[in-house]
Amino acid sequence: MSPGSNNGDSFNGQEQRLAAKKSYLWLRARIIQGIRLFFIENGYLEVETPYLIPAPAPELHIDAVSAGEAFLHTSPELCMKRLISAGYPKLFQICRCFRQGERGQNHLPEFTILEWYRAGIDYHELMDEVEEMIPFVSRSLGFGASIEFQGCAVGLESPWERISVKEAFQRYASMSLESSMDCNRFDEAMVQEIEPNLGVPKPTFLHDYPASLAALARLKQGDPAYAERFELYVAGLEVANAFTELTDAHEQKERFEREREIRRQQGKTVYPLPEKFLRSLHNMPQSAGIALGVDRLVMLFADQPSIDQVVSFTPEEL
Amino acid sequence: MYNSSDLRKGLKIQIDDEPYLIIDFQFSKPGKGQSLYRCKLRNMITGVIIDRTYRSGDTFEPANLEQRKMQYLYNQDGVFYFMDVETYEQSSLNEDQVGEAKNFLIDNLQVEILLFDKRPIGITLPNFVDLTVTRADPWVKGDSVSGDSKPVTVETGYVLRVPPFIEEGTKITVDTRTGEYVTRVK
Repeated sequence: MSPGSNNGDSFNGQEQRLAAKKSYLWLRARIIQGIRLFFIENGYLEVETPYLIPAPAPELHIDAVSAGEAFLHTSPELCMKRLISAGYPKLFQICRCFRQGERGQNHLPEFTILEWYRAGIDYHELMDEVEEMIPFVSRSLGFGASIEFQGCAVGLESPWERISVKEAFQRYASMSLESSMDCNRFDEAMVQEIEPNLGVPKPTFLHDYPASLAALARLKQGDPAYAERFELYVAGLEVANAFTELTDAHEQKERFEREREIRRQQGKTVYPLPEKFLRSLHNMPQSAGIALGVDRLVMLFADQPSIDQVVSFTPEEL
Repeated sequence: MYNSSDLRKGLKIQIDDEPYLIIDFQFSKPGKGQSLYRCKLRNMITGVIIDRTYRSGDTFEPANLEQRKMQYLYNQDGVFYFMDVETYEQSSLNEDQVGEAKNFLIDNLQVEILLFDKRPIGITLPNFVDLTVTRADPWVKGDSVSGDSKPVTVETGYVLRVPPFIEEGTKITVDTRTGEYVTRVK
């Protein structure tokens, strides 16, 4: 086969793959409509914040795509918190976010986040709200009280499982949480031993992360070794990350400085400190916020094991 | 030099001075955590399969592999000898390395020999090889067990099933990937 005809074939192949996604793209649109309806009915304001920002949150393992002098946002977190601080107590946003180097079966370097913030609640109350939101979307799609993802049936009726990171290590990992932190194997244990067990037969909220793993979360009331952070897992798939937000400007600045220092040592881009965000924290009420991967939610409802199937184009197809 | 972000299925890298082929690859990144590059790798010399998880910042040497066109010469005491058709240098592979390919190795057959750091580690045959039948029993008509084929032995000692009309001394084409009869050479 000549290279020319090969290109022709692969172009046809791409057209066919696009056409084959039709039912998933319809489902995706309906899921986004369902999400929007839930938040509108619950009194949330939908906002849009800039994608192009001068200073992304300096988190150790999240790399922003640079765009000239500025960066594409890795999440709308900082701008949305500034809005909360300015007196908007219930906010949601559905937007594209960009993270350099993230590409795999569950990752795209450009992906869709649903992020919402609510003043006056903590992370456990936010878990309650997630437990209402996802079944609401499921009903809006005409799905029953349970979904099936890659052979795993997951019941969506309350209550969902809530398990601390420490307990999850005891139950599923070959080492304790403490030793995984000591020998820098937390992520490996999480991916290889713990995550595959989470989110079946009910979705799982994995909560109370070691304080050093939550740069923007409030420390746990009464136990400052942990942070009030949770992740939602459904059928082994990580779907969302949430915090009771840290509202102490001084502590937030110190944590950012620490993350920036480690980034500098590792030779990574060091982002400028987000000064206006830090100043706004002085006025921020207690609140909780969450970022949910919309593409992953579509994967779950579409029962598709690859994120490629639920977006119109992957970067490789452009 | 490769970085972790270069890792993908099909890439050949060197680990502990041995060549490995990535046969399965998965990118994972637990929330807020670091990127993990999970690989299933096959040792290209021993065939042993291992699992490795790499992180960003890890680097890898590409496996120094080279395919050379060579001619099969002969085998002696389980060692198979080949000659590079350009340099006339000789190389050899042992019986394990040659594997099934020995069923199709006839004198002067041109093959591809895979070298790792100049050391021969594997062989790729042409897809089709012509072999002479050295032994063929007459076909017993109505033999319902064997159906419409019969076993013959070819010059390499390999036994395969062919149509009944193939006789001793006939040259046949065999598919080296499946080991099956393709046609009679006119």
